[in-house]
Amino acid sequence: MAWVNAVIQGILTGGLYALFACGLSLLFGVMKVVNLAHGDLATVAGYVGVGIVAATHMPFLWSVPLVVLVMAVLGYALQRTVIQAAISRGELTTLIVTFGLSIVIENGLLQFFTSNTRGQAIGDSFTTASFSIGSQIQIAWLNVFIFVLAVVVLLALQYFLSGSKYGRLIRAVADDREAAQLSGADYRHVFGIAAAIAFGTVALAGMSYGLTTTIDPTTGTDTILLFAFAAVVIGGLGSLWGTLLGGIILGVAQQIGAQINISYEQLGGYVIFLLVLVVWPQGLTSRRAQS
Amino acid sequence: MTAMAEGTVRSGQNELKVTRSRRNVAWSGLGAIVVIVVLFLFPYYIGPGTLGIMVQALIVLTLASMWNLLAGYAGLVSVGQQAFFGLGAYFVLIPAMHGISPWLGLPIAAIAAAACALPLWWLVSRLRTGYFAIATWVLASAVMLVIEQIQSIGGGTGMPLPGLTGMDPAVLTADTYWAGLTVAVLAIGSVYFLLRSRVGLVLTAIRDDERAARSSGVRVGRARLLVFIVAAGGCGAAGGVLAIQQLQVVPGTSGGVFSVQWTAEMAFAVIIGGIGTIEGPILGTAVYMVLQQTLQSYNAWYLIALGLVAISIALFARRGLWGTLDEKLNIRLFPTGYYLWGPGERRGRRRKAAHAE
Repeated sequence: MAWVNAVIQGILTGGLYALFACGLSLLFGVMKVVNLAHGDLATVAGYVGVGIVAATHMPFLWSVPLVVLVMAVLGYALQRTVIQAAISRGELTTLIVTFGLSIVIENGLLQFFTSNTRGQAIGDSFTTASFSIGSQIQIAWLNVFIFVLAVVVLLALQYFLSGSKYGRLIRAVADDREAAQLSGADYRHVFGIAAAIAFGTVALAGMSYGLTTTIDPTTGTDTILLFAFAAVVIGGLGSLWGTLLGGIILGVAQQIGAQINISYEQLGGYVIFLLVLVVWPQGLTSRRAQS
Repeated sequence: MTAMAEGTVRSGQNELKVTRSRRNVAWSGLGAIVVIVVLFLFPYYIGPGTLGIMVQALIVLTLASMWNLLAGYAGLVSVGQQAFFGLGAYFVLIPAMHGISPWLGLPIAAIAAAACALPLWWLVSRLRTGYFAIATWVLASAVMLVIEQIQSIGGGTGMPLPGLTGMDPAVLTADTYWAGLTVAVLAIGSVYFLLRSRVGLVLTAIRDDERAARSSGVRVGRARLLVFIVAAGGCGAAGGVLAIQQLQVVPGTSGGVFSVQWTAEMAFAVIIGGIGTIEGPILGTAVYMVLQQTLQSYNAWYLIALGLVAISIALFARRGLWGTLDEKLNIRLFPTGYYLWGPGERRGRRRKAAHAE
């Protein structure tokens, strides 16, 4: 029964990891940028959320759209300035600039907020409520909520990319930038929109993570970036639903690792990650595998 | 072309000559020896406090030279070099626990870290650029988690380094400095000679056009593997020096040997100094030390400043400080390319000529 519980908890955590990963996946898919500052930006969103709630005393749920909006604007601005400048100078520059941002943000948070951990103060009723199946399996409503949120975000992204005007523009620019430009698309603006959406999901990821546990300045790289990347690699590049699958596999592997020995939680996830890297380097649901 | 033809006629020579440098290399070689001798004599003249800072600089210099070899010459942007740095520290600690002198542990650390690079390379070799970068980061995290599980070498809390207790602190500091200097000189020397060898030509070919190099039969994978192993060995030796300087090994990502800050420091020093040149990391380390010493009383601010400077240089002066200097003055202290002399052109004669590197 303990093992069943581990699998169920792992699947639910997988939703959170998919939420971590979809912004990373989107930026890579559209502009071939591997954003090494991804995790730290999620942490920033978490801190902004804590700050807004503490300053204005507004209910936590109201602050969510506000933080998403703030991060989306930040994403658009960063893309149009620093990231776009880096992209036009090549891959090495892009990596250096996003890695630099990551280190600057992490140490900036450390400087202003110290290394103390912080959590979202939203009241006990929501974060600790749970229901049980049988005697040994207890499921937190919060984890179910985050899983559903992840699925909704992925559905919305898919609908947006395949159905809407801007989504089609984004895919056109991702497929062939020159051709899209010749047809009148301003690729810089399109990149900005894609970055705004990616940063919006990053904000949701950071705030959700802040609800499940506490955050500190190193959370961004130690946890969010590396887990997001592992989920993307396991699931396969460029596939939104692959990202969910990757997140779930990572979550289950971690919970099974923790079931064997509590200190094997992270290692369990990395073992699966390395296994996939060796056996299916394209990921489980890559386009090449499907075709 | 006409200018060259005229030159040929005037001097009566018509064969082309290829040398390593436009200037005479003997002078910069002599300069390097003088600098090393002066650095070697430092402990006789300066106090242990300054010497400790110098050891730190030598560690960063070694790391930066290795990262420059990886990213600047082989196109391998690794964000996981802290794995080898940390392993190096542990490979000094483990022999020391069995009675082997930590000084002897340094070569052991270099070889063992290089040996660890082999299986890790197999895991990441298929990945490119950004994915290679994060994958090495994940590997470094996994290596740390494994090391922290081994209780006999201190688990998650770390261990003091045995074998050097009872030494006079002044002597120990001087010895550590000499060890760090030896490691740094060997690191820069091996990068220099590696780049002048056939491997250097292979790397240049890959950098210019990987597909063309591949189709001409260049073994791209093997050259990259060699660079990855050498860089791991160098970072391992640097980690060993840190273990000796701190007289302890502490794992962990914040402040420990597996912190990504080590990779940040080496990468930023390379970018600031000038990537793809041997002189760049040296200049970059100097800038790093100045920033670090100026801002050291403000905790993490030096890393923030370093990161911002590196971002601006990556965006606005891509060749770094040394590259910008080189563009204006055309100097090479460590010539690894080739210079094509036009017919009749001689050293010392000032004229415009094609630059082939």
